[in-house]
Amino acid sequence: MRRCIVPLVTVSLLGLILAASVTDAINFYWQSVLMFMGINIILSTSLNLVNGNMGEFSCGHAGFMAVGAYVSSVLAVALFAPGGFLGGPYLPGYLTVFAFPLLLLAGGLAAAVTGLLVALPSFKTRGDYLAIITIAASYIIKSTIENVGAVGGARGFMGMAKITSAMTEVWNIPWMMLWVFAAVVFTLVVIRRYVSSTFGKGVDAVRQDEIAAEIMSVDTDRVKLVTFMLSSGLAGIAGGLFAFVLGYINPGSFTIIKSTEAMVMVYLGGMGSISGAALSAVAFTLLMEVLRPMQVGKWVIIPMMLILLMQFRPEGFFGHRELTDIFPGLRRLLGREESGK
Amino acid sequence: MESLIQNILNALQWGSFYSLIALGYCLVYGVLSLINFAHGDIFMAGAYFAFFGATFLLGKTGVIPPGMPGWAVLALTIPISMILTSALGVTLERVAYRPLRRKGAHKLYVVITALMCGLVLENGNLALFGASRKNFPTLVPQIVYSLGGVSVTNLKVAVILVAVLSFLFLHYVVGKTKIGMAMQAISYDRFAVPLMGIPTDTVIVFTFVLGSSFAALAGVLFAMSYPVLDPFMGALIGWKAFIAAVVGGIGSIRGAFAGGFLLGFVEIMVVAFFPSTFRDLIAFSILLLILSLKPTGLFGVARRTKI
Amino acid sequence: MALLDVVNLTRDFGGLRAVCEFETRFEGRELLGLIGPNGAGKTTVFNVVSGFYAPSAGEILFQGKSTAGLKPHKVTALGIARTFQNIRLWFDLSVLDNIRVSQYYHLEYGLWDCFLRTERYKRREAAIAANAHEILEALNLAEYAGELPKNLPYGLQRRVEIARALSVKPKLLMLDEPAAGLSSADVDDLIKLIGWIHKEFDLAIWMIEHQMDVVMKLCTRIQVIDFGQTIADGTPLEIQANPDVIKAYLGDDAI
Repeated sequence: MRRCIVPLVTVSLLGLILAASVTDAINFYWQSVLMFMGINIILSTSLNLVNGNMGEFSCGHAGFMAVGAYVSSVLAVALFAPGGFLGGPYLPGYLTVFAFPLLLLAGGLAAAVTGLLVALPSFKTRGDYLAIITIAASYIIKSTIENVGAVGGARGFMGMAKITSAMTEVWNIPWMMLWVFAAVVFTLVVIRRYVSSTFGKGVDAVRQDEIAAEIMSVDTDRVKLVTFMLSSGLAGIAGGLFAFVLGYINPGSFTIIKSTEAMVMVYLGGMGSISGAALSAVAFTLLMEVLRPMQVGKWVIIPMMLILLMQFRPEGFFGHRELTDIFPGLRRLLGREESGK
Repeated sequence: MESLIQNILNALQWGSFYSLIALGYCLVYGVLSLINFAHGDIFMAGAYFAFFGATFLLGKTGVIPPGMPGWAVLALTIPISMILTSALGVTLERVAYRPLRRKGAHKLYVVITALMCGLVLENGNLALFGASRKNFPTLVPQIVYSLGGVSVTNLKVAVILVAVLSFLFLHYVVGKTKIGMAMQAISYDRFAVPLMGIPTDTVIVFTFVLGSSFAALAGVLFAMSYPVLDPFMGALIGWKAFIAAVVGGIGSIRGAFAGGFLLGFVEIMVVAFFPSTFRDLIAFSILLLILSLKPTGLFGVARRTKI
Repeated sequence: MALLDVVNLTRDFGGLRAVCEFETRFEGRELLGLIGPNGAGKTTVFNVVSGFYAPSAGEILFQGKSTAGLKPHKVTALGIARTFQNIRLWFDLSVLDNIRVSQYYHLEYGLWDCFLRTERYKRREAAIAANAHEILEALNLAEYAGELPKNLPYGLQRRVEIARALSVKPKLLMLDEPAAGLSSADVDDLIKLIGWIHKEFDLAIWMIEHQMDVVMKLCTRIQVIDFGQTIADGTPLEIQANPDVIKAYLGDDAI
């Protein structure tokens, strides 16, 4: 019975959101806020793997997001969009309903491979250098996209709206809401399974004492590589969703500011805590909307908040603890075994 | 041939800015092992302080009558900007970094704080002064010398000279003076140093003063060379200078200086032979290549972990 | 075939020769001691044997096979585990998780098993957890399984570190100053514990130690090094009487 609680809650939440969107109980504005919230949850929890669990300082999350966004949208438009790009369509529009998750995964895979290329040189260098390497990589990615005319260069790339409308022709439901929701669930499950396994505990060991980890039989290079690839791959999926929700992307959407947003979410929530990272992504999205009238002022207030947080509660609101550690009742409700933590 | 020499001159000028900023990164990193991500924005602040100082002295604000000669304005603007920028740098250290250091917080928290301070400076500036770009007034008329097809301006020569002199000065200060020795000692062992009777906080403040005032110097020279200022001018150039410092071997004054010029050369040469949109792409790829071949940077020394 | 054969081991740091032509040999499951004044090069020997440093010259054969070029985690997987002079536990992972992670060498499942929670994953994780509990039980640490090591007293931290090393199922256990910082009562317990581990787990133990009590009571053979050179090798009684050893520890005037 208890095992069913999480799936049941998840499915009913999805049903509720979809029903509310279809009946216009939540208007278009709030629908898009919800979708960006989901994308932010993926960005935040995935970056948390590297910056929280592994204790490294990656500043280039937006770069991997860009790879995922471009790969999945270019693939989608090339395969399904009528007319124009690469002479398509090659596949009928109704297939988009089935192909969409594959397109997202393709974007995620491409981002993970990029992550591999970035992570390899950083292993030879010492701690702080991952910061530089990821910054440089995100500039290289952005600059590369700007120089590829076929995908629009600096002007950007569009046509994703055709794909989403092809899906609604099959069945008129808010598809993107569904996909974002599914991707969030997917991300949370993958990350939770990863960090709770002995394999994933190796990541915490690497953060706390890398030398001890290596000498106590942990293949530290592999752990770091896998974690970094997982993190960048999930960022790629978030990028793909971002592209289709927005319907238009350009290299300027994936600057250091975007990476900084992801970092702010991680550090607000507390490093190394999945629920912390997810909840702070929710809070951050809402905060950005609330502060929208302040325009540029919000980018003074948010950093100020983080500076104050670092002074008084540097480990973030959750700080390596999960929701279930803070409310033990919740753990009992969910029937989770003591993780020994 | 002439265009090559011309390009080398341009690269020297462009690299000078990177070097001056990289020196600041390097000083703070060398002493505190802290990547001071706000440093690029301190450079930006330096340029803005210079702008406000110069327009004030030129009498444009109406407080003092106009008519002061350009060279005098420049001579006053430089120290004004350096002093104000140092004050800003020291304020950051006092308000944001030092309390964390006192608490013994993990280095990561200080780095995040630095990153956020940079954002506050950028966006605070934008919120205060608006998005309109500021045009830096011409203080000293440009003189163009032509030497067999190669044109050199007085400004260009001045920029390169200032960068070289700053490097020599810092090299001397860090290597030969008492306070420089103290800086080295702190970087070596921050916990033992106070026991030797060295006032750690004073030395750290001095480090920030040095780093910020050279960023201000770079800001003034940059504003004179490219007289359009905007709040985000420091962000990109700052990140790049930081990477330059790392490629040089962060923590080494020579490394920061050489790394800055290296980056300047690469960028100018890329633009000379490729479309200018390839600049970031190729420059960063070369830097990454250097780092993966020589992980500690050109002049860096690997630190061994003891077990 | 010898368990461990260290031949002609030399390690330089720049111009400094930290270890010079060091030799040792474990036939089966002996309990050997390595002593010497501070800075003599003892820990360097351990670091080279555990693969953390590459030897500048010489060879290390473990069960007849050279360990040259192996990364530390591979060396450990062969059956060489160690503890550290200053305790290096993962202080923010629970005691149980410390023991689980150190069994990384025989996870025997891949990333996909982990994501899909396959039967193999469940079986292996259960085995790893069972093994961890067994070791904690054996070392009287079961009641601390859920604690974070940073909250434990020093003596218990030492014990957890030994438990962690044992979880690798080593054939050779290297203890780097296990008695450092312990009270005299704790030292007595430690001597009993090491003796018991030696018998119970059927393994060879190699120990660096400054407290002569520990070394003299436990070791069957002791090697003494000073400035990287081996100056004596023999039974505890021989070592105690050796004039070179006395000189190294107390200086020329002592004789």
